[in-house]
Amino acid sequence: MHPALYVSKTGLSAQDKQLTSLSNNLSNVATNGFKRDRVVFEDLLYQIYRQPGGNSTQDTILPSGLQMGTGVRTVGTQKMFTQGALQTTEETLDVAVNGRGFFQITMPDGTASYTRDGQFQLSAEGQLVTTSGLIVAPGISIPINANTVTIGTDGTVTAVIAGDPASTQVGNLTLVDFVNPAGLQAKGGNLFSETVASGSPQESTPGTNGLGMIEQGMLENSNVDVVEELVNMITTQRAYELNSRVISTADQMLQFISQNL
Amino acid sequence: MDKALYVGMNAASQNMMAQAINANNLANASTTGFRSDFAQTMALQVVGDGYKSRAYSQTESPTSDFAQGPLRQTGGDMDVAIEGDGWISVLTPDGSEAFTRVGELSLTPFGELTTSNGLPVLGNAGPIALPPFEKMEIGGDGTISIRELGQGPQVMSVLDRIKLVNPQVQDLVKGEDGLFRRRDGEFEIADGNVRVVSGYLEGSNVNVVDAMVEMISLTRNYELNIKLMQTAQRNSEASSQLLQIQ
Repeated sequence: MHPALYVSKTGLSAQDKQLTSLSNNLSNVATNGFKRDRVVFEDLLYQIYRQPGGNSTQDTILPSGLQMGTGVRTVGTQKMFTQGALQTTEETLDVAVNGRGFFQITMPDGTASYTRDGQFQLSAEGQLVTTSGLIVAPGISIPINANTVTIGTDGTVTAVIAGDPASTQVGNLTLVDFVNPAGLQAKGGNLFSETVASGSPQESTPGTNGLGMIEQGMLENSNVDVVEELVNMITTQRAYELNSRVISTADQMLQFISQNL
Repeated sequence: MDKALYVGMNAASQNMMAQAINANNLANASTTGFRSDFAQTMALQVVGDGYKSRAYSQTESPTSDFAQGPLRQTGGDMDVAIEGDGWISVLTPDGSEAFTRVGELSLTPFGELTTSNGLPVLGNAGPIALPPFEKMEIGGDGTISIRELGQGPQVMSVLDRIKLVNPQVQDLVKGEDGLFRRRDGEFEIADGNVRVVSGYLEGSNVNVVDAMVEMISLTRNYELNIKLMQTAQRNSEASSQLLQIQ
């Protein structure tokens, strides 16, 4: 059959993936700590029909051969870990990382997950948990009779307990960093997990070893740039249309030959 | 039987190959750093007894278009685009050197700088490896400077320089993996005049309008060849009818 049909099919499916990723970015435009995805395209392998540089006679060589590309491939999606805008919420348990680093979350099965979403709450037992109820590592319990809770830029959590003028340190929030954050696996629920590509987590006090400071009363917004996504959507749609035009042309060519011969 | 039928058939099938090259260009209209391929047709005259009336056509992909693609601002620290002529030099799995315009760089867990498809980027002396850093800057000539973990902004250390090359385009050939290589397989010497811009990516240089017009023109050309085959068929039918009357 016509090779252009299959080449353009790869173009259509690539633009399809691009649109899916775009719409996911746009749906998460208001998700705290969300990092947008970027789809990476690469040309597929080339088929050599006639080798360039082959000998046409003993003394002369073919200046050019025939090489045909087989389309486009989606290599993968890349999470863009640029900083999202920080938004002041004045909420005691809202924290944001200003710079590199992730909060550690303990999953129900004991494994660790990582997040940039610092919208924390208290559980019925007074433990610091995420909005979906997962415990924030290393496990911080706020006393029930605490009047105020302060989270310092280095992650120190102190509470002023009723009747005691001095503040009590109740725990330390630590952050982790990865050599290649783009290699982390997004699990949904604003969570990431470690992979071979990301490297192992390196835990440190916020503000040291290149990690960002923790800001209390702030949240990190999504880093999706709406204008960029909309412009990308236009180019995606046009590229999709062009590829489908090629398919219909190839189809017409085959139709022409079958009707006229 | 008149051989014109074969001339038409050959042209139509070669035309489909040109159409496939064009379709590949369109499929890669949004591939970062893609260079569009040309398709051309060459006449191959059949030399033999009698009048030289037959010339078969042959589709060739002589080279790629080396024009600059549009620069797109991404703001990523690890994104670089080449301004004007030049290539980023990468190491292929077989140890040879290849050239790419795709500046979507990333890091392996061991700090090795790679392209988006995992090929190590070459520096002054072999692949580039970076210690853990807080901030990375890529200068206009490919110099990589970093602020190491825990260091203040006053301590920027220059580490390596991305090997940027500018071979003559007639020495370049596109490989099966879409990367460009020197025709003779030699290593290319770094060129200090190649300029990169950080925070940008170069889009595909496929001109979609050209490609669409090319597609229409190829289709009409194809239809002409089918008409030629039809004519050959009618000629053949006419001569067989002539025989029936006798």
